[in-house]
Amino acid sequence: MDATVIAARDLRVALVGLPNCGKTALFNRLTGSRQKVANYPGVTVERKEGSFVGPSRRRYLVLDLPGTYSLSPTTLDEAITRDVALGRLSGEPQPEVIVLVADATHLALSLRLVLDVKRLGLPLVVALNMSDLAQRRGFALDREKLEREIGVPVVETVAVASHGADALIRELERSGVMPADDPERARPPAGTPRAATVTGSPAASTAQIGAAWRDPDPDEVRASHAEAARILRTIGYRVPLRSRAAVLFDQVLMHPIGGMLILATLLFFIFQAVFAWAAAPMEWIDAGVGALANLLNSVLPDGVLKSLLVDGIVAGVGSVVVFLPQILILFFFILALEDSGYLPRAAYLLDRVMGSVGLSGRAFIPLLSSFACAIPGIMATRTIPNLRDRIATIMIAPLMTCSARLPVYALLIAAFIPDRQVGWMNLQGLVMFALYFAGIVSALGVAYAMKRTVARGQYHPLMLELPDYQWPNLRNLVFGLWERVQIFMTRVGGIILAMMVLLWFLSSYPAPPAGATGPPIEYSFAGMLGRGLQVLFAPIGFNWQISIALVPGLAAREVAVGALGTVYAMSGNDPDLATTLTPVIAHSWSLATALSLLAWYVFAPQCLSTLAIVKRETGGWRYPLLMAGYLFAMAYVAAFITYRVALAFGAG
Amino acid sequence: MAAWIWRYRYFGMGPAGPGSQVNAVANNEVVCLSSLSQGEHATVLAVIDDGQSLGDEQASTIARRLLELGFVPGAELEVVARMWPGDDPLAVRVGGSMFALRRREAQAIRVRRGIVAANPGAGAH
Repeated sequence: MDATVIAARDLRVALVGLPNCGKTALFNRLTGSRQKVANYPGVTVERKEGSFVGPSRRRYLVLDLPGTYSLSPTTLDEAITRDVALGRLSGEPQPEVIVLVADATHLALSLRLVLDVKRLGLPLVVALNMSDLAQRRGFALDREKLEREIGVPVVETVAVASHGADALIRELERSGVMPADDPERARPPAGTPRAATVTGSPAASTAQIGAAWRDPDPDEVRASHAEAARILRTIGYRVPLRSRAAVLFDQVLMHPIGGMLILATLLFFIFQAVFAWAAAPMEWIDAGVGALANLLNSVLPDGVLKSLLVDGIVAGVGSVVVFLPQILILFFFILALEDSGYLPRAAYLLDRVMGSVGLSGRAFIPLLSSFACAIPGIMATRTIPNLRDRIATIMIAPLMTCSARLPVYALLIAAFIPDRQVGWMNLQGLVMFALYFAGIVSALGVAYAMKRTVARGQYHPLMLELPDYQWPNLRNLVFGLWERVQIFMTRVGGIILAMMVLLWFLSSYPAPPAGATGPPIEYSFAGMLGRGLQVLFAPIGFNWQISIALVPGLAAREVAVGALGTVYAMSGNDPDLATTLTPVIAHSWSLATALSLLAWYVFAPQCLSTLAIVKRETGGWRYPLLMAGYLFAMAYVAAFITYRVALAFGAG
Repeated sequence: MAAWIWRYRYFGMGPAGPGSQVNAVANNEVVCLSSLSQGEHATVLAVIDDGQSLGDEQASTIARRLLELGFVPGAELEVVARMWPGDDPLAVRVGGSMFALRRREAQAIRVRRGIVAANPGAGAH
C-alpha cells in the first residue's frame, strides 16, 4: 500500500467504539462490499479496512478498529486500537479523522470513551448509533445540546437501516477536513512520514500527544466518569429502563439450571443442523469435484500434468471446499447468537465449568467452532483477551472432533461395529458419541494439566459485558459469513493446496519399476515412508497399508480414506469408495486394529492447516510443535492401550 | 409457579445462597460486591487495588478496567444473577450496562448495601 500516493486525495478515517456498539454494522453500512480483511503487521489482530466515495468524489479509507472501553488496553486487540490512534504502530499511518461510534442506548460508557479519545487531539466525529432504538425506548436525545457539551460534531446514525450513515458522510464532507500542505502542522514520523494534516483541528500536534501519551490514573478515570455523568444530566439523558421481556429473558436464560438446559438444547440443535443441513451441499460439492476430475481425466493426455491436476490440485482443493457448507452453517448460528447478545450469556453460564480447568468462559465459542473445523475455531480465539487463556484454548481446540474425522470414523464404524440396538440406542451411534466424548474429556484433562503446570498461579478476570438482546441483522450476518468464507478459502486453501501437491509428489515418485504388481504408491517415497513407519506402528496394531495411508493423511485426516483406497488398489476417485472399501478392511483388519486406529484418530494432529494456523496465531513454531508433539504422544499411548486391551479381550 | 422457581433459584432454599449474609446484617453495611445475593442493590464505594484479591501483577490493570466499566464511587448496581454452584460468576448491572464478573473481581469492589436516594442518573434501574 502506497500511503504517500493515497494521501493526496483520500482521507483515512478510523472507527473507534465500545464492543457491541454497532461499530462493525456501521462499517458495513459505510463501505458495503469494498472491504478487505488482513492482519496488522507482526500481530494476529484482524485489520478490517474498507473504502467509500463521498458525494464530493473524495475517497474515504475506513479502518474498523477493535472495540475497546478505553485507551488503556487490557488485551492485544485494545492495544492495537490505542497504537493506531496514537500513530505508534509502524506500517500503519495514523488516521486523520476518528469517528467515535457511541451506542445511544448506553451513552454513559460511550461518552467516557469520547472524553478519553478527545485527549488525542485528532479531529473527532461522534456517531450516535442505534439512535432509532433509543428513541423507540422512549428517550429522545438532544443532539445539538450534546454537541455543545462535548465540543465535537455529533451525528445520528442507524447502522442497520439503509441511508443510516448518510448524516455521518455529510458531516465528514462538510466539516472541511481536508489534507493541507501546512508545514507547521506537519505530522512527524511514527509511521506517518507525510506532511499532511487537517484544518479545523485543535492546534495541538498529535505527534506530541502520541509521544507524551500515558494511561490515565484512577483519579482521572473517575473524573471522566463524573464529567460524562454531568454531561448526561445536562442534556437530560436518563438510563433507559430495560424492557420486561429482557428482564424475563435474563431470568430464564441465565438461570443456573434452566439456562444450562436451554444452552444444551440449543447446542444439540446446532449440531444436528451442521451435520444434517450440510449433508446435501457437501454431496453436491463432492459430485462437482468428481465430475471435474472425470472431465480432466477424459480431456487431458495421460502424464504428469494430468496426475498433478486431478490427483493433486482438484482432489486437494476439493477436500477443503467440501467443508465449506458445515463452516457456513456453524458460523451462521455463531454470528446470529453473537448478534443477538446470547453468546456472552452462554460464556457466563459456562465460565465456572471452564474455569475449573483453567479456561475462560469465552473459550466456549472457539471450542464450539472447532467441532466443525479447528481452523475457524482457532481463529475465533482472538476474542479471548488473556494471552495464556488464548493459548490454552488453541492447544486443546484440535481435540474437538472436527468434521474431517467423520469420514474416517464413518468408514471404520461401518466396517467393524455391528449395526444393532443397545437399549434404545444404536451401537454405531454410541461408538460415534464415545469418540466425541473422548475428545472433550481429554481436552478438559489437558487444559487442567496446563493449569496445574505451565499456567500455575495465574488469575484471569472475566469482566465480560452482557449486552442487550436484539434481533440479529441479516446484512451483518451475510457480511460476517462472507468474511469467514474468504479467510477459510484463502488462508487454508493455499496451505492445503501446497501440501496436497507435495504429497502428490511423494505418492507418485519414483514411478513403479516395469513389471511391478502392487499399486504404484507402494514404490513411491510415501510407500517407503509408510514401510519405515510400520516399525513404529506395529506395536499399536497398524499394518503397512495403514502406515502408508497415514503419510498423505498427515495433510488432512480425511485424505487417509482416499489413500487407503489407493493402497488397496482401488480408484481414489470412486465416489462410493467408502462403501467398496468397507468389506475389504472388514475382512483384512482385526477389530483391535480398527479400534486402535479410531483411538489414534481422536488425538493425532493430522492436519497441517491446523498447525499452520496455530503458527500464524501464536507467531512462531513453538506452539505448533508443542501441539503436534503432545497430540502424537497421546495418540500413540491411546492407540497402544486400546490395541492391547482389545487383544486381551480376544479382539485380535 | 414458574416465577417462584426462577426467583428461588435453589429450588426452595430461598434467595440466601452460600456466602450470602442477607439475614444477618444491617441494611446498609459495607461489604464486597461478591457477598451480595441475587436481586440485591448496592452503591459502589471503591475499587480496591492493593493486590490482595486480584494478584499483584494485574491488580492495577483490572482495577482500572473495573473503574472504566462504571464501577465508580457512587454508582448504583444490582446483582442480576449468580451462577450455581459457587455463586461464581455473577452478573451485575451498573450504569445501564451489565457485566459478568468472577468472584475475585467482585471481591475487589467495596459496596454499601442499598441505594443512596440522591443520585440521579447512575444505574436508574
